[in-house]
Amino acid sequence: MGNFGYTLKTAYRDSRRNRPKLLMFVSSIILGITALVAINSFNYNLVKDIDEQSKTLLGADFVINGNKPLDPTLQNIADSIPGEKATELELFSMSFIPKTEETQFVRIKAIDGAFPFYGEINSQPKLASQEYQRSPSALVDDGLMLEHDLDIGDSIKLGEFKFVIAARLMNTFGNVSLGSSFAPSIYIGQEYLEETELIQPGSMVDYSYYYKVPAGFDMEEWEDNPERRKKFRDESFRLTTIEDQRENLDEAFSNLNSFLNLIALVSLILGCIGVASSVFIYIKSKIPSIAILRCIGMKGRQAFQVFFTQIFIIGFLAVIAGITLGSLIQLVLPEILADILPYEVSLSISWKAIAEGLVIGLVMTSLFAMVPLLSIRRISPLRTLRASINEESAARDIWVYIVNSAILVFLFLFLWNLTKDVMAALVFTIGLIISFLMLYGVSSLIMVVIRRYFPKSWNFVFRQGLSNLFRPNNQTRTLIVSIGLGTSILTLLFIIQGLLLSNVASMDAGNQPNMILYGIETDQKEGLQRITEENGMPLIQQVPIVTMRLAGWKGRTKADWMADTTRTASRWAINREARVSYRDTLASDEDLIKGEWKGYINPGDSIFISLDERYANSMDVDLGDEMVWNVQGTMLTTYVSSIRKIEFRSMRTRFFILFPSGVLENAPQFHVLVTKSPDNETMAEYRREVVKTYPNISVVDLGSILATLNDILSKISYIIKFMAGFSILTGIIVLISSLLLSKYQRIKESVLLRTIGASKLQILKINGTEYAILGALSAATGIVIALIGSYLLARYQLELEFDIIWWPILSIFVFIVGLTVLIGLLNSKEIIQKSPLEVLRKELGA
Amino acid sequence: MSIILSANKVTKIYTSGSRSLKVLDDVSFDITQGEIVSIVGPSGSGKTTLLGLCAGLDKPSEGNIGLCGQNLNELNEDGKAALRNEKVGFVFQNFQLVPTLTALENVMIPLELLGQSSAGKTAKSLLDRVGLKDRMDHYPSQLSGGEQQRVSIARAFSNTPQILFADEPTGNLDDTTGQNIESLLFEMNAQEKTTLVLVTHDLELAEKTQRIIKLKGGRILSDTPTNSISVHG
Repeated sequence: MGNFGYTLKTAYRDSRRNRPKLLMFVSSIILGITALVAINSFNYNLVKDIDEQSKTLLGADFVINGNKPLDPTLQNIADSIPGEKATELELFSMSFIPKTEETQFVRIKAIDGAFPFYGEINSQPKLASQEYQRSPSALVDDGLMLEHDLDIGDSIKLGEFKFVIAARLMNTFGNVSLGSSFAPSIYIGQEYLEETELIQPGSMVDYSYYYKVPAGFDMEEWEDNPERRKKFRDESFRLTTIEDQRENLDEAFSNLNSFLNLIALVSLILGCIGVASSVFIYIKSKIPSIAILRCIGMKGRQAFQVFFTQIFIIGFLAVIAGITLGSLIQLVLPEILADILPYEVSLSISWKAIAEGLVIGLVMTSLFAMVPLLSIRRISPLRTLRASINEESAARDIWVYIVNSAILVFLFLFLWNLTKDVMAALVFTIGLIISFLMLYGVSSLIMVVIRRYFPKSWNFVFRQGLSNLFRPNNQTRTLIVSIGLGTSILTLLFIIQGLLLSNVASMDAGNQPNMILYGIETDQKEGLQRITEENGMPLIQQVPIVTMRLAGWKGRTKADWMADTTRTASRWAINREARVSYRDTLASDEDLIKGEWKGYINPGDSIFISLDERYANSMDVDLGDEMVWNVQGTMLTTYVSSIRKIEFRSMRTRFFILFPSGVLENAPQFHVLVTKSPDNETMAEYRREVVKTYPNISVVDLGSILATLNDILSKISYIIKFMAGFSILTGIIVLISSLLLSKYQRIKESVLLRTIGASKLQILKINGTEYAILGALSAATGIVIALIGSYLLARYQLELEFDIIWWPILSIFVFIVGLTVLIGLLNSKEIIQKSPLEVLRKELGA
Repeated sequence: MSIILSANKVTKIYTSGSRSLKVLDDVSFDITQGEIVSIVGPSGSGKTTLLGLCAGLDKPSEGNIGLCGQNLNELNEDGKAALRNEKVGFVFQNFQLVPTLTALENVMIPLELLGQSSAGKTAKSLLDRVGLKDRMDHYPSQLSGGEQQRVSIARAFSNTPQILFADEPTGNLDDTTGQNIESLLFEMNAQEKTTLVLVTHDLELAEKTQRIIKLKGGRILSDTPTNSISVHG
């Protein structure tokens, strides 16, 4: 035969009376593909928009950026870039609003030149953005103006200088980071910055040099010159082209993407488990029919084709439904994300995501469905004569190995494509295999244990329920594997989500300081201390900061090391301007993990310093190693005497490099003060007083930063929950479908028991016992797997502290067991409500 | 007459773990084309096992079986399936209809497997002959036992088989219905001139065939002709 038309016809005919069973199979695929397509569409649209808009976001073809001005040598090199130029000095500072006598922490952008070259500063009135540099006027963030009830023409004082507000600033450029949300921006002409007197020793100023090159000039090639790059990098300047900007933007959203991808993957795997388990149970119920067809002369291959075609077509329809739903949902996602994205994401259909969804959906569905379908080929026609015969073992079927290998290969490729990381893909694939083997092992073990230690003295119903677990035709392996995997993935998602959210929440916990003042000069220290105490606020921390640069380590100079290609120290650690503090004791959030802390050094003694663990690792230095520092012209040789671990979640200043007292007291330095205001009024009053007395000191309101951060994070949490909801829904549907389909396994036995007189309660108890054990075992094993998996993920991938809250996990256990028992009992509902013959005719007869 | 079915020193041993059970022991016989033979014996004597082996549903442990000119040992599973599809018909004690297909579709299966375009027409005509003209679109669960067995007989004859195997065809039916089915089976068999191999423990039914092979403990106890005249006339 081999006639495709016949295969199709038979597949269709057989499906007519099986649609409810096939619907379960379909729902798993629909939800899995929906999540996959929704998330991928969103990601692709985001990437496409980033590509299109990076030029506008950068505002120029090329940017040189650093925390100091270019020295003459570098300026000469930069001057070789043809075309238009502009410069920007950016700093954070307090501003004073005379109209309300209030203060506000702001981001000042002092511009010289026609920046931005691409796009525009969106100001109201529009003209002001072209004229503001010519007069002492400012473009002020619209939000700030609304908050302080300011109008155009009012003034704002930055440091010692008063600016007239020329326009409302409706958007800003560049710096797509969460940090850009913390402080409202103010644009001023660069020539007026000096008048503010805000630039003092220790001030943190960011210098940007913007270039617009003529058409035909290859900016990438200029930037790629290794010698040129090295000169800029050695002085800690960043070079950014439009291409780099694109990558930076991709990077900025990579964490969100990673989590969304993880959810897409989880949904898909859950969908696949659903497919495999529902097809497995479905095919089991078809065995008698297949045996008849085989007896009448249908070849094994033909029988396989009929059912494969049936599953494939239904799978195809489900994938199409999933794609449609997924595409519709991605239209909603940009709305939710609008506030944390630097621009609007377009609402277009992503054909790439749709094609991927189609291919992945069909391949995964086919492969996972093929595992149980392959057994069709081995169904003996002899079953028509004898119900129980030994089939040819699957162990001898080469196709079983081929399909299982294909699943693993495809899964690995899919993960690789998703994570772009071979190791991560490999680890995840191996993790899934181990999870599967663990569940398979537990189910096998429980069958052996119950059989061997069968409680013969128990009453009939419990014995019957227990024996259902190992009797022929049992569903122990199928259900433990599918429920267990489903539970483990759901629990993993819950734990990781919880860890992510609690890590965020811990930043705002309890008695944390809420104000940081920096840029304090030594002679202002005492005066500021007095103002703080007069306002009844504590001096939680008051630390001196000395800036220095690394000049050499382990007996070699920095230049020597930089030329060494075998160097293990990272560039960022070498080149950063170190902000170092000194004191005689360690703070409460610092743990000494190695060596000895020497708090005080007598003049002339060797200088022993303490390093943060991460910094020491990045520099590849250890106890006893020598480090030479350039402290604003003076060379200081030091030795590492201890390594500290710093609790990074507390809101305090923290230092990678800590000197003992007795060394840096006379070096040029500034100070930082950390305090806590009891309420908003005190905070406002205190800020006003500080800004009036010491205009150069910046007061950072951590409370408002935390509020902004929490706002953004709550949006991210919302997306996490929204998307995780999909996975959870998929998981629950998978569980329900596996369980609902399992009723066909037990129906004959239950009807027989009912026929020979078993009571309603007895039937319920028998099934309840079986499902309770199945549910408890699956959930417990799944949770153990999830705990191991999430620990490894948190520790090595996400670098989060593994601090588990147990009650949600316990709730998952109770929920899974409850759901299993409930559906198990619902499966018996019909048996106990209708006559045995009616049940047999309805469920098995047609 | 040529031999259509031959069993030559057929032995079947089932093994379960370390234990083995010999169900058939050195069984040999020949059946010629058009012959109507019954295989009888007490429960556990190996009747159904022998039927399964003769129809190519199972493999003998030793010996070989020739069916319609083919040595079954030399055919793979697909080859045996094709042989059954073209030349063999089955009637089972518990009817073995595909529950998800209608009566008509059940009868059409062998013909459609053969790729016959007139499957529907032939199947309708057969269902008409077995008296189920008005029940063609019913599913098995909507038919009585006797009606299901009629569908099964119609299906068995749909591919005009050279040989028909019937396993206790009346075993699940009451006397009256059983006798009706018996008559229908013999009547259609006579019309189609098919070889019939009947497994039964009903000696009265067996007496209606031309030859009785008696099995006991897996061996042939006797192989004797009956007084029945050829149903083929």
